Amino acid sequence: MRGAHPILLENGRVIDPVRGVDQVSSLLLLDGVCRLAVDYDRLPAEVERIDLSGKWVMPGLIDMHVHLREPGEEYKETIVSGAQAAAAGGFTAVACMPNTKPVLDAEAGIALVADRAREALVRVYPVGAISKSSQGEQLAEFGEMRRAGAVAVSDDGRPVVSSQMMRRALEYAGNFDLPVISHCEELSLSQHGAMNEGELSTRLGLGGIPNAAESIMVYRDLALAALTGHRLHLAHISTRESVALIRWAKAQGWPVTAETAPHYFTLTEEAVGRYDTRAKMNPPLRLKADVDAVIKGLKDGTIDAIASDHAPHGELEKEVEFDRAANGIIGLETSLPLALRLVRDGAIGPARLVELMSVNPARILGVPGGTLAEGGPADVTVIDPEREFTYGITDVVSKSRNSPFLDWRFTGQAVLVIVGGRVVLRR
Amino acid sequence: MQGEYRFAHRHIISMDDLSVSDINHILQTADSLKEISTRAIKKVPTLRGKTIVNLFFEPSTRTRLSFEIAAKRMSADTYNISATTSSAVKGESLIDTARNLQAMGPDAIIIRHASSGAPNLLKNHVQASIINAGDGTHQHPSQALLDLMTVKERKGRLEGLKVAIVGDITHSRVAHSDIIGFTKMGARVHVCGPNTMLPPGLEAMGAVRHRRVTSAVRDADVVMALRIQKERQRDPLIPSLREYATIFGINREVAALARPDALIMHPGPINRGVEMSPEVADGGQSVILEQVTNGVAIRMALLYLVLGGSD
Repeated sequence: MRGAHPILLENGRVIDPVRGVDQVSSLLLLDGVCRLAVDYDRLPAEVERIDLSGKWVMPGLIDMHVHLREPGEEYKETIVSGAQAAAAGGFTAVACMPNTKPVLDAEAGIALVADRAREALVRVYPVGAISKSSQGEQLAEFGEMRRAGAVAVSDDGRPVVSSQMMRRALEYAGNFDLPVISHCEELSLSQHGAMNEGELSTRLGLGGIPNAAESIMVYRDLALAALTGHRLHLAHISTRESVALIRWAKAQGWPVTAETAPHYFTLTEEAVGRYDTRAKMNPPLRLKADVDAVIKGLKDGTIDAIASDHAPHGELEKEVEFDRAANGIIGLETSLPLALRLVRDGAIGPARLVELMSVNPARILGVPGGTLAEGGPADVTVIDPEREFTYGITDVVSKSRNSPFLDWRFTGQAVLVIVGGRVVLRR
Repeated sequence: MQGEYRFAHRHIISMDDLSVSDINHILQTADSLKEISTRAIKKVPTLRGKTIVNLFFEPSTRTRLSFEIAAKRMSADTYNISATTSSAVKGESLIDTARNLQAMGPDAIIIRHASSGAPNLLKNHVQASIINAGDGTHQHPSQALLDLMTVKERKGRLEGLKVAIVGDITHSRVAHSDIIGFTKMGARVHVCGPNTMLPPGLEAMGAVRHRRVTSAVRDADVVMALRIQKERQRDPLIPSLREYATIFGINREVAALARPDALIMHPGPINRGVEMSPEVADGGQSVILEQVTNGVAIRMALLYLVLGGSD
């Protein structure tokens, strides 16, 4: 990649679960790839030596679920600005969802994203739509989208209502080895809701969305994955019932993977407070028991990945009445710090964090990375687990600022991000 | 009145925000202001020079009129903005509307809005006092206060009373405010309706849930029926109004299960023959029109208290 010079990462704790490595060692990044055997007598003349004592050196983190809003809503985010936010958050790659305007449902749209991605700081992998305009009626052209660079298909933002349509999508995606990413929502249960259904929604007079709106669809899609034998990936899992169903399906050997977002293991519905639209997302924030179940799922392997569901919105969409506000929050810059809270709390270890945020996303999407292998891409995320910072509104790199985590104090942050041997973030 | 007590609220948005002392103070204030409405010249200069805007995004006849009469009896200048004449239909956001109103310097804005939480949003963008005249399915505090006033006038107390509320609790902001208000004042609220109209979490708000209207109403001191709000029902909640009237309607037989001196209430407007039969609505125990009269007194009290009018 452009701008790459030889870099020697020294004295860092290299955490690479794919190779079974967790030890202090050095890593040479040369010509965009990793060199594991460092010969100190024959270092390249122009090498930059970076001392990473006390830091964690990990394969580049991959956020497999973001919304970059381009084309169509560039006032919220662009591929370039979203990639900057990704780098700031410690990511070397992201997969962007196709619910842009227009929807990325054909080769041309995927090619446009791939083209814009050349100017982005991090790798940007487009996800194509399952159905034309994500209307759930006609299959999108998976084959041509795959050739143009799509790494998965999803109608994210809306569910595939028809079970037959979902079945056909799983079958047809199998021809191209594309995972089908499902947004699980039973619309007839959720359509009038604005938050989790329960005592708080009653008190606030807001329409409720019960857990069943998610878990019903989770079961449907699990059953279809079993029926078709094709890979299903479940997006943004938020409920205890969904976690239990996925655990059970995996025990049956069904071909399923799942992700959750940091807000689902960090916040409960209480964050809605007095109609704070920064706590409005779909699925909604749930209860403590759901948060606990999601964390357990992250620990025991039921949930494979942490993805931010980065969803930028402007004031137009968020500074309005709660029931009229758009769903979603930005998350690229807080995803890793929130995941590091789980590590500090002892819920997961650093190696599991790498699995959740690098190894598994790479494996599910079939993209490079996930390990620091000899000759593999020099995509590296370096974390200072002790670095304290406050995420203030002026610190936000994303074009949008709709985060419930503004002014939160964190311990642990990415301090060096390298993509293809090129430094894209250094703090 | 209490020596050290001071009414400290600039806004009236939710019954949750009001303490028992606040509610007692509002009821006492309303009681003392009620007399003005019986005079030959129904006007005092208390709020002279104050500007009050009625900002109604939902159709309303009685609540808007009640607030307007309350304001005018205290000599405030009032202006009415309804959804059909407002910028809302032109796509202006609530915040922009609020900022424009603020630029004209009103002292109080009385808002009714279809979205729960709209008064909270408005409050953050204007300096004026905000009075919630009903937001979505959240709260309608002035209605709860006039209900408390009406019951207290008739019963002499609120503590220890059994209050039965029958109807669509989910979509009733009146019910939400009443449950909180009556419970706070020491009454016990019993609710009943089709299960499709009873939301989760009522017990945590202090209410007792009943499957049958007979057990909810039995020995009640107050029986309140709620309007079946067809306009709020976005999904099928009941098979027919006819069956609702038969099974959940307050008719003479059901009303007879309550205490002999029970009060019959309704926030209006009534669907006669649906949630309440005409002979009950118009019977000797009905205080429905007293609720309306007290509504003016309560709204005078609220405006007086939030605008800090001098005695």
